[in-house]
Amino acid sequence: MKQLLILSGKGGTGKTTIASAFIKLSKAKAYADCDVDAPNLHLITKQSHQPKKTDYYGLPKAEINTELCIQCDQCRQNCRFDAISANEGYKVDFYACEGCGVCELVCPVGAVTLKPAVAGELMLYKSEDVFSTAQLKMGSGTSGMLVTEVKKQIKSAVTDAQLAIIDGSPGIGCPVIASLSGVDMVLIVAEPSISGISDMKRIINTAAKFGTKMAICINKFDTSIENTEKIECFCKQHGLAFMGRIPFDTDAVEAINNGQTIVDVACVSGEAVKEVYNKTIYFLFERETEK
Amino acid sequence: MKIAIPVDEKSLESNVCISFGRAPYFLIYNTNTRESTFLDNSAAESTGGAGIKAAQILVDNKVSILLTPRCGENAANVLKTADVEIYKTQGDSIKKNIHDFISGKLPLLDEIHPGFHGHGRN
Amino acid sequence: MRIAVLSGKGGTGKTLVSVNLAAAAKRCTYIDCDVEEPNGYLFFKPKDVTEEEIPVKIPKVDGTLCNGCRKCVDFCKYNALAYIKDKPIIFEDICHSCGGCILLCPEKALTEKEKVIGKVQKGTSDQVTVYTGILNPGEPSGIPIIKKLLEENIPEIKKTTFIDCPPGSACIVMESIKDADYCILVAEPTLFGVHNLNMVYELVKLFNKPFGVILNKCLDGENPSEKFCLEKNIRIIGRIPFDNELGKLNSKAEIAVRKSERYRTIFSSLLETVEKEVHHETTSDS
Repeated sequence: MKQLLILSGKGGTGKTTIASAFIKLSKAKAYADCDVDAPNLHLITKQSHQPKKTDYYGLPKAEINTELCIQCDQCRQNCRFDAISANEGYKVDFYACEGCGVCELVCPVGAVTLKPAVAGELMLYKSEDVFSTAQLKMGSGTSGMLVTEVKKQIKSAVTDAQLAIIDGSPGIGCPVIASLSGVDMVLIVAEPSISGISDMKRIINTAAKFGTKMAICINKFDTSIENTEKIECFCKQHGLAFMGRIPFDTDAVEAINNGQTIVDVACVSGEAVKEVYNKTIYFLFERETEK
Repeated sequence: MKIAIPVDEKSLESNVCISFGRAPYFLIYNTNTRESTFLDNSAAESTGGAGIKAAQILVDNKVSILLTPRCGENAANVLKTADVEIYKTQGDSIKKNIHDFISGKLPLLDEIHPGFHGHGRN
Repeated sequence: MRIAVLSGKGGTGKTLVSVNLAAAAKRCTYIDCDVEEPNGYLFFKPKDVTEEEIPVKIPKVDGTLCNGCRKCVDFCKYNALAYIKDKPIIFEDICHSCGGCILLCPEKALTEKEKVIGKVQKGTSDQVTVYTGILNPGEPSGIPIIKKLLEENIPEIKKTTFIDCPPGSACIVMESIKDADYCILVAEPTLFGVHNLNMVYELVKLFNKPFGVILNKCLDGENPSEKFCLEKNIRIIGRIPFDNELGKLNSKAEIAVRKSERYRTIFSSLLETVEKEVHHETTSDS
């Protein structure tokens, strides 16, 4: 199974819009949403079945048993994360606690224990196709491990698919690195703005370190022809494969709002994404056989 | 000499695991006795730093060779400090990789990827 | 008065809104808390920039004192320590600076040292004081930088302050809005936008912050985010139309308020609404 990861560096570039179109075009048997902070793919790849849900545990959180607590203040003084308050009895701020265990260590009477804490939920939809996704709980930090779990679900549930399409996480942090791990190719969706270019370069650097095969496409290219040309020029200079331009399209917005992909309706962005798709698939499969 | 390989299941017929730190088990093959044992990788459950902990487990078990498809930079640091040599596996077969290593056909792992830095924060 | 600008996801126009509101307010402070991808400075192009490095405390080891008890390695929940060849090695990029290993070491072989994780820049752009937090790539947490940014700003609390938050609803966002007097949630008019808006909506409700929504990139036709606000009885404090002029100015990292009379008017009236809202909230509180 070849894994195609779609990434953007910056949020809001249309990563999910493009991923959903690719899923439709390829009739992908397997796909995943690794944007565990704000997953959106499920909104557009409608699932008729209920998913199999699994709790995801992050770092444990401290809990103080106020009946045992002798109010010595050791835990509060030693907590580097300002997570313990003493206002009305000693209490741990669930969101500030990073589960380091120092409070448990310093407590002279054993009033503090680390308790497992659910940090998110994994969902696996299984019918003719397999869709793996997850949602982090509010206040839980970005998690590479949850992303790894999302990808594991796909691998364990799918046996015969040729292609898996993975909607990646934004940014350049550890969830992105976890998304990148083990994929065959990454398609970077860039936006032609100054900040978009800056973010694109950061994500290219990250992917390059991994040695993953990559290609670039530009979404909403007509919002700045000047910056679009800059990106294309940058790709040429650095020998990066360029997969094409997709225009800004109000029909695309309408399609998404109706829960459709942009290739479900007749629109200019849909036509453009088809071309990008064909090139990408060719690049993903053909180049491999040449090697 | 002990060789370690990250594996998906406790069987010589199972596959090489694509992840080092988060592999469920390690196969430990002793080239002197030709014995194979399986080691639970307790590091797989860690939210972060799994590679470091997994490397520590191998070092504590006196492993001197690791065969793996990939390895993070932190884990590689632990292993290098402990003089464990890292070779890159070819294909999924455990037996074939051991065989290839012994006949000197496996290359040293030269691509060390950046680790899954941090985790439950930010 | 501290106004935090949030969105469930990047790319909704959080920076556009906070930068332009700050530019419209003229004498004010703008703080970029999106430390992983700070973009506000690209617009403000601040002058007279001063820089301060932000350190955290991490352990260092004196191998000659170590007795090999491995208590530090066993304690560390983040696996930031390993014990190889009779001494601990420390992985600085994994360490969360909790200090536990140092407390535990019976031989005092571990002591603290400082490690720079990023920096805070301060500069001016016209009358706006611009603070930017920058986290070095690969560092586990930007929270110490955000703490510093917001603490720096305390003496200037009388001036209006706009806080450009990181996207999402993780703990780093909670840290950014902790002391805010008012929150602006920026939403896109799409199905995705609603989903993302709902996340930050839950967050501000949890923190009991007064808040209002700005609908960005508004087009003719259906606006799912607007519908969401009406259903939940959420106050919509403004609408920014989608248009090419704004898109172009934004893509060139120009501040619309400073370039176009039309946007000066739009953001000035938006600012007035926000100020009224905040005033209303503070008087009804007391």
